[in-house]
Amino acid sequence: MTTIFGVPIQALFSQLLVGLINGSFYALLSLGLAIIFGLLNIVNFAHGAFYMLGALGAWLLLEHFGIGYWPALIISPLIVGLFGALIERTMLKRIRGLDPIYGLLLTFGLALVIQGVGRNYFGVSGEPYDMPSQLSGGTNLGFMFLPNYRAWVVLVSVVLCALTWFIIERTRLGSYLRAATENPLLVQAFGINVPRLITLTYGLGVGLAALAGVMAAPIYRVSPLMGADLIIVVFAVVVIGGMGSIFGSILTGFALGVIEGLTKVYYPEASSTVVFVIMAIVLLVKPAGLFGRTA
Amino acid sequence: MRIASRLLALACLLPLAAFAQAGKTVKIGVLNDQSGLYTDLGGPGSVVAAKMAAEEFGNKVAGMPIEIVTADHQNKPDIGSSIATKWIDVDGVDAILDVPNSGVSLAVAKVIADKNKVFIDSGAATVNLTGKNCTPNTVHWTYDTWSLANGTGKEVVKAGGKTWFFLTADYEFGKQLEKDTRAVVEANGGKVLGSVLHPLNASDFSSFLLQAQASKANIIGLANAGGDTINSIKAASEFGIVAGGQKLAGLLVFISDVHSLGLKTAQGLQLTSAFYWDHDDKTRAWSKKFAARHNGRMPTMVQAGVYAGTLHYLKAVQALKSKDDGKAVVEKMKALPTDDPLFGKGSIRADGRTIHPMYLFEVKKPSESKGPWDYYKLIREIPADQAFRPLAQSDCPLITAKK
Amino acid sequence: MTARVETEPGAAVQGRAPARDMVRSLRMPTLILIAVCLVAPFVIYPVFLMKMLCWALFACAFNLLLGYVGLLSFGHALFFGAAGYLTGHAALVWGLPFELAVLTGVATSAVLGLAVGWLAIRRQGIYFAMITLALAQMFYFFCLRAPFTGGEDGIQGVPRGKLFGLISLEPNLTMYFVVLAIFLFGFFFIVRVIHSPFGQVLKAVRENEPRAVSLGYRADQYKLIAFVLSAALSGLAGSMKAVVFQLASLTDVYWTTSGEVILMVLLGGLGTVFGPVVGAVAIVCVESFFAQFGGWVTVIQGGLFVVCVLAFRRGIIGELSRVLRRPL
Repeated sequence: MTTIFGVPIQALFSQLLVGLINGSFYALLSLGLAIIFGLLNIVNFAHGAFYMLGALGAWLLLEHFGIGYWPALIISPLIVGLFGALIERTMLKRIRGLDPIYGLLLTFGLALVIQGVGRNYFGVSGEPYDMPSQLSGGTNLGFMFLPNYRAWVVLVSVVLCALTWFIIERTRLGSYLRAATENPLLVQAFGINVPRLITLTYGLGVGLAALAGVMAAPIYRVSPLMGADLIIVVFAVVVIGGMGSIFGSILTGFALGVIEGLTKVYYPEASSTVVFVIMAIVLLVKPAGLFGRTA
Repeated sequence: MRIASRLLALACLLPLAAFAQAGKTVKIGVLNDQSGLYTDLGGPGSVVAAKMAAEEFGNKVAGMPIEIVTADHQNKPDIGSSIATKWIDVDGVDAILDVPNSGVSLAVAKVIADKNKVFIDSGAATVNLTGKNCTPNTVHWTYDTWSLANGTGKEVVKAGGKTWFFLTADYEFGKQLEKDTRAVVEANGGKVLGSVLHPLNASDFSSFLLQAQASKANIIGLANAGGDTINSIKAASEFGIVAGGQKLAGLLVFISDVHSLGLKTAQGLQLTSAFYWDHDDKTRAWSKKFAARHNGRMPTMVQAGVYAGTLHYLKAVQALKSKDDGKAVVEKMKALPTDDPLFGKGSIRADGRTIHPMYLFEVKKPSESKGPWDYYKLIREIPADQAFRPLAQSDCPLITAKK
Repeated sequence: MTARVETEPGAAVQGRAPARDMVRSLRMPTLILIAVCLVAPFVIYPVFLMKMLCWALFACAFNLLLGYVGLLSFGHALFFGAAGYLTGHAALVWGLPFELAVLTGVATSAVLGLAVGWLAIRRQGIYFAMITLALAQMFYFFCLRAPFTGGEDGIQGVPRGKLFGLISLEPNLTMYFVVLAIFLFGFFFIVRVIHSPFGQVLKAVRENEPRAVSLGYRADQYKLIAFVLSAALSGLAGSMKAVVFQLASLTDVYWTTSGEVILMVLLGGLGTVFGPVVGAVAIVCVESFFAQFGGWVTVIQGGLFVVCVLAFRRGIIGELSRVLRRPL
């Protein structure tokens, strides 16, 4: 059995694969965050809370309405996205012209409220959410047993990321959006409803977070605190990738998952810290992030 | 100007300004986690349990009315110790109960010893409460790391689980639990093939479990608690670990965790507990009354411990006809044998450890369960005199000083 | 398209009054503050008051950086907690007397402030905040694993010791007056810094850095010095807290502590002199009052954040200052 630094190659591959799966979640979440920051200049600290709401929504749909995983995959992000749009309309709009720090503080406060209320009503141990039967079980790849559901997560993540990137960077709608953030007055003069576009974008970013939440529900427990510690990591991902760059966030998300996977093999205790070390280094060497544009 | 804001601040403090006179009420404080990781194993349920104990006495003991207060220590030692200090200095609290989270319990134990009140811990795991940090004012009910390790470790090895791999939470409690269990496993002829440390509150356990799987150990010992345990078990089920023949041993699992996991995921898990609601008629009767007052949720062993501890405390106060001298009350508690419907007959040792039987359970398969909360089947009862660390091994200063 | 953090309404009202006059106008409120602080411990539980004083000092130190230099650090818990640990360790394990233990804590924070500041100052705005957050989280994980911090148990049983080797600090009342003296020292130090030529340069840097640089001021150096001062004073607050509560724990270095101090400054009034003090008092009261409701504390805090940012950006003292037309 060949080994690399004392770890058998089979085990290494399996860890890398697991890392890739985790990276999918990071990528999906940082995608929403990157859209919101890159296009709207809002540091959305409430992203983790929306992720949690997505999962909670899926669970509620199942518990009270008997709606299963597949419809929930669409309904829950839709509802949460609408909720996000509402927040943008009522609160974020008011602080649009100000220093982005206020956006950070406002969304931070929102996150505390959403998580606190969720916790008071649902407790912290979390609720079980069953995996959809079509995706349970797994395939034996030889070096590891890959649960089908996790493969599904990677697939969805890659597809969604590619799709979103394409929409923003290559379609007309995307170009309106990018133009609107650079010069809203001019774009509005062209007859495009800029405020509505912005609300829509925020809703989209939030919806993506909620979708990640629904996908996470069968694997991690549905708990009001599930987004709280994740949000910092996702922020780090976005900062490393470059806060304006969607492609950067996606790539960094997947890469970080893999790097974390490697760390877990060789030095597991540091696996939670490694992202911050990388972030600190990147920020010192390339302040705008790996793919970012300097503002 | 500033007067207005200062007055506002002062107004907030009025409730605190009422310094307690040598109170004519017996005040019991239930201090635990009501908003974080351990809410479901203690939390508001412990308050219900304490109230049920007070009601057995008709809410009066030795001529004094009983009052129960509660607060959330948020799993932070500084908050826990400052609440305890304020409770005793300002609010006239006489006894503090529950206090899960080992770090907080040690801080609170010290405060209570300094101020000579009574501390009955039923939620924390650290064996140091009756070991090197023992005090004449501390009583430790329910469980500790030694009894868990001894229960699950010994019994699982005897039942055939000879090789072990540990998944350990990277903090003091987790490492101590692994250490204690490792010692027990090796002393009983088992072998530890390896272990991996995971960060506290890790969200994903797949990579750690893969390492456990690769070790091909019979048993994967989960030296963690709360959300970490739940996540480990969920991931293990997903990666087909139990289906692949390895068994999981949860070193600290509560019935609330199993409820949150669901039987489909948790089936086959082996665990040690001091109490199970469906054990006999007496526990059933009490638990049904409890559930009626607590959202239909059955009591965990921690909540049961709060009930039993409060009951015994009140008995001691009744016998002494006084509650002011904490040391004296605890001595009385040690002198009187314990007897309640939940833990049966037992006693409190000189080091503060409550002696009662422990039980090894296995989580039922979904087909074996008749309804919600019907989760455990009994594998073995560990008699009270074998369940806890023997006094001879104790490093409690109260004991060693006598030697 | 850089909008500024709204600060110092007082200055806008006051115009170009010389620093001396501005200090004089603060005299009345300061005397009231001192008078209340002297009387309070006889009416209100001293430990509670000491908690407020420690947080108030922390908030003032943070305000120096955010309100007067315009830098939002999301990692100030690093300095607060690190000092607490070092002071606790010094007093408990090394057996240092009270004064030296506190000095150890402050020195630690100052050194850490120098390191973090040097790394972070190069960047601006959100990136600065993110770097401080990342470094603070790294420090948190270091504290989690390092044996001397006691991990999740923290350092317990920190002795209070004796002041100057003579007066025991065990009684709460004595401890209170010592803490009050230290707080007032820190408070007046900050007031002095703000109203000094150094402080004026800081304000200039905050308002228009390129112009300040063009006038010959080395903006980065000024920012770094301010950062170190802020870190050291946060450390002083943390050291005191460790001695008062006789405990140093992980919560003190976790990012939620950084969030709390931001809320205090925001609520009290960014860039005002008394704002942080009022903010700290208010938040500690709110937390204490709502502690009996357990889980609702964080919801209330979140709600306060939202309200402050949307409708109350000047904070309590900021609004008061505007109404009274004098800098507070």
